[in-house]
Amino acid sequence: MNIQGISPVAGVLGRRGLQALLVAALVGTLSFFLMRMLPGDAAYRIAAGRYGYDLVSAAAAEAVRVELGLDQPWYLALVGWWAQLAEFDLGTSLVTGHAIADDIAHQLGHTLLLAFCAMALSLLIGPALGILAGLRPGGAIDRITLLGATVLRAFPPFVLGILLILGLSVHLGYLPAAGHGEATSVVLPALTLALGLAAGSCRIARDAFSQVVNSPYYAFGRTKGLSDRQVLLRHGLRNAAVPIVAYLGMQMVFIIEGVVILETLFAWPGIGHALIHAIFWRDVPMIQGCVLVFALLFVTLNTLVDLACLALDPRRRH
Amino acid sequence: MNPASESSLPAALSIQPKPVRAYFGSRSVGAALLVLVAAFALFGPTLSGSDPVAQDLENFLAAPDAANPLGTDHLGRSMLARLAHAAQLSLWLALLSVASALIPGAALGILAAWRGGWVERVSVVIADSVLALPGLLLVLLLATFAPGAFWPLYLGLSLSFWVEYFRVVRARSHILLASPQIESARLLGFGPLYIVRRHLWPELAPMLGTLMSFSAATAVLAMAALGFVGVGIRPPTPELGVMMIELLPYYQEAPWLIAAPIGLLTLTVLGLALVGRDRSSMQ
Repeated sequence: MNIQGISPVAGVLGRRGLQALLVAALVGTLSFFLMRMLPGDAAYRIAAGRYGYDLVSAAAAEAVRVELGLDQPWYLALVGWWAQLAEFDLGTSLVTGHAIADDIAHQLGHTLLLAFCAMALSLLIGPALGILAGLRPGGAIDRITLLGATVLRAFPPFVLGILLILGLSVHLGYLPAAGHGEATSVVLPALTLALGLAAGSCRIARDAFSQVVNSPYYAFGRTKGLSDRQVLLRHGLRNAAVPIVAYLGMQMVFIIEGVVILETLFAWPGIGHALIHAIFWRDVPMIQGCVLVFALLFVTLNTLVDLACLALDPRRRH
Repeated sequence: MNPASESSLPAALSIQPKPVRAYFGSRSVGAALLVLVAAFALFGPTLSGSDPVAQDLENFLAAPDAANPLGTDHLGRSMLARLAHAAQLSLWLALLSVASALIPGAALGILAAWRGGWVERVSVVIADSVLALPGLLLVLLLATFAPGAFWPLYLGLSLSFWVEYFRVVRARSHILLASPQIESARLLGFGPLYIVRRHLWPELAPMLGTLMSFSAATAVLAMAALGFVGVGIRPPTPELGVMMIELLPYYQEAPWLIAAPIGLLTLTVLGLALVGRDRSSMQ
């Protein structure tokens, strides 16, 4: 029993661990070449970013060149770059000179708050409507949610965000349009992301549920005298939960891509916002740090989804 | 698929009795939308007759009239010409990135399923490592190499799309290659090319069609999203996301201006989603 219980978990952890390692190497290597390919003399650019364009001198540029190792041959520099990454040293920002790890640790909290609110909101909306629709396939709720989900999915998060800003903030004045000064600021970006997520999970929940409701074991539960409520709680929810949870893994892509764009739109001070700004300034260590954190977050969340699927569905454990 | 065979299935197996008909309708609606958008992208630039970057500063934020059917933007540029050029750019990106992901992705998928062994293991590991990076992040990383250029978008999207084709084709080919009809075809001495063309391709094509419409929609959305946050295509090139962020400040004076790129983007994505979804629900 023990061996059967542990080995699939170890398999998931091993596969995901390898994936995390490979993606870190990929991001690190791309960032390294990005750093080498910055146009112009990188040392002058960086010095100008730090001290202002009026204060750049050849001496300042030389100091930057030595500090960042810009004078080494590329293969030595690449090995050095990897070694630094392996020690979890993300370096310092080319623009502000702050340690990347400190900046990201601060911003990650905001990003996680936004992602968590969006996720919770979407789970309240999506699967609940999906279950109602799946209980009566072809009924009114089913058709309305199908239409709603199809239309909603045609709006990418940033367009949905603009529409919600225009509707809820500009016209009705209910919510702050952007920023993070007030407690209600998180509502609009979270709602935008949640609506997109719910449009997907609602249909998945509906299909999963109508399949369960039409299955022989469900009919048998009814025949042996269980009430609607009992058969739903005992046989319906857990079986329908497996595809819904598995689909959460696919939604992680949507969440991460949505967070990057929406934080920029709503001026939410998370790592997505920081990433776009870093790309604007071509602050390569910051870009690398943000993309790495996103990628590792993505792999971690997917690992949790895999483990949740194992816990829900005993068939996968054998 | 014919409706008669659908209704003859036992009740327990036909999970979606009603929507089947609705899907048929929605598929033609999707195809019609796509034809409209494609026609606009193809002929719009010629028909509008004006230069998408020519400014007319005495005639900015003009309401739609005969000369400019969609009005003019904040620099007096013809919205119709800009929208048509933007549509063309988006569709080009979708077409190019999907085509260059489909061919190697599907070929490698078939090869991995056919050969197995280290070919399969290595390609699965590569696919897994690409899969660990959400597509938009890969595009953003590459976009930093050449800000404002088209090629990083194209390369990044193709690099993230091929994995989907690879995974689907590999999984399906494994099942198909073990089937009795392919086994007999191999025993009869038919070559790999014949088997792929005659036995694998007809089974794979519908699934690939669905995937292609989804990744085309992703490509169109990604370019607009990057343009919108200012790290994609740069002004003055007309691009849907760039147009949205440029026209958002003029929402109070001329709301129809920002409605135009939003409407076009939504119709394109809706068309692609409707065309794609139908096939996936018929399997």
